[in-house]
Amino acid sequence: MEISAAPPPDATQATERPHVTRFDLFAGFFLVGMIGFGGIAAAMHHVIVERRRWLDDQQYASVLGLGQVLPGANLVNMATIVGDRFQGFQGAVVSLAGLIFMPIVILVGLATVYDQFAANPDVIAATKAAAAGAVGLMFGTAYKIGKTVINTRWALLFAFLSFVSIGILRLPLVGTLLVLGPISVAVNFWRDQR
Amino acid sequence: MRTDLLVAMGMTFFTTAIFSVGGISAMIPEVHRQVVEVHGWLGNEAFATAFALSQIAPGPNILMMTMLGWRIAGWAGLAVATLATVVPTSALSLIAGRAENRISHARWYGLTKRAFPPLVVGLICASALVTAQAAIDAWLGYVLTAGVALFVALTRRNPLVPLSVATLVGVIAGRLGYF
Repeated sequence: MEISAAPPPDATQATERPHVTRFDLFAGFFLVGMIGFGGIAAAMHHVIVERRRWLDDQQYASVLGLGQVLPGANLVNMATIVGDRFQGFQGAVVSLAGLIFMPIVILVGLATVYDQFAANPDVIAATKAAAAGAVGLMFGTAYKIGKTVINTRWALLFAFLSFVSIGILRLPLVGTLLVLGPISVAVNFWRDQR
Repeated sequence: MRTDLLVAMGMTFFTTAIFSVGGISAMIPEVHRQVVEVHGWLGNEAFATAFALSQIAPGPNILMMTMLGWRIAGWAGLAVATLATVVPTSALSLIAGRAENRISHARWYGLTKRAFPPLVVGLICASALVTAQAAIDAWLGYVLTAGVALFVALTRRNPLVPLSVATLVGVIAGRLGYF
C-alpha cells in the first residue's frame, strides 16, 4: 500500500527538507530506542535534531507539542508523525518498528532472566528497590511538569481533582477525563474571554 | 477461551490507550484497576514486577503494556497488547500530523494544550501513589522513593543514575537484612 507523504508544513518551506529513506528512519529510531535508557525524550532530540538533522528545533518543538496533546506515549506519536512526514504511511510503520522492536526483545529477555532468578533474594531486593525508585521518578517528574504548567489556582484545582478521582477514589480514567477535560477546556475558554 | 482472553485484553488496552493522555505514567492506576482489580488477569506482585522491568529496560515505557500482555497470554498476548496500545494512538497521530498546520492554528488546540497538562500532573501523582501502594512494603522503599524524587526534581541528570543507585542500595540493604 502506497500512500503519498504528507505535504510539508509551513515551517519547512524556508529550509530544504532532507532526504530521509525508510532505512534511515528505521535505523534512526532504532538508535533512539537503544540509547534511550532512562531518558528516551533526550535521546529522541539528540538523534532527530542534533545527529541526523531531520528537523530543526522549531519543527521538533511543534511535533513534540502535537505528540503530547495526542493520547498515547508522546515518543511513539512523534515517531509516527516524523516517519509519515518523510516516507508516508510506510515511513510511519518502519519508524515505529525501529523504535519498539529492540526494546521489546530486551524487555522479554530481561523478564526471562528475571524469572530464572525470581527466588534470588538479591533480585527480589533489586526489583523492589527499582520499583520504589520509579515511584520517586514519577513524583519528581510530576513536580517538574507541575512547576511550569500549574501557574493558576484553576490549574492547581484541576490537578488536585484528577489526583483525587484516580489516586484516592480510584474512579475509572475514561469517566474522569470525560468530565474534567471539557470543564478544564471551558474554564480556559472562559478565562480567555475576560 | 484463549481467544476470549485475547479479545477482552485487546479491547481493554485499546480503550485505555485512546484515553491515555500523558503516556504510561499517567495511566498506571487505570491499567492496575483493569488488569488486577476488574479482570484479575495478574496479581499485584506480577503487576509490580512488570512495572519495574519496563522501567529498567530501554525504550518507551508504554512497553509496560507489552510486558503485561506477555505475562497475561504469552506471545499472542504480547502481540495483541502491543498492537492494541500502539495502533489506535498512532493512527490518530498520523491524521493529526498531516493536518498539523490546520490544527496548530486552531483555537481549541491552544485551549487543549493548556487544559490538559494540569490534569496530567494529577494523574502522574495518582500513578505514583497507586504504584507505591502496590510495590512498596518496607520503610526503606519510601526512603528510596524520596531520594529519587528529590534527585529528579532538583537536577537535570539522566534519571537512570538515581534509579541505578536506588537499586544498588536495595540489594546491599537486602544483604544486610534491612529490605
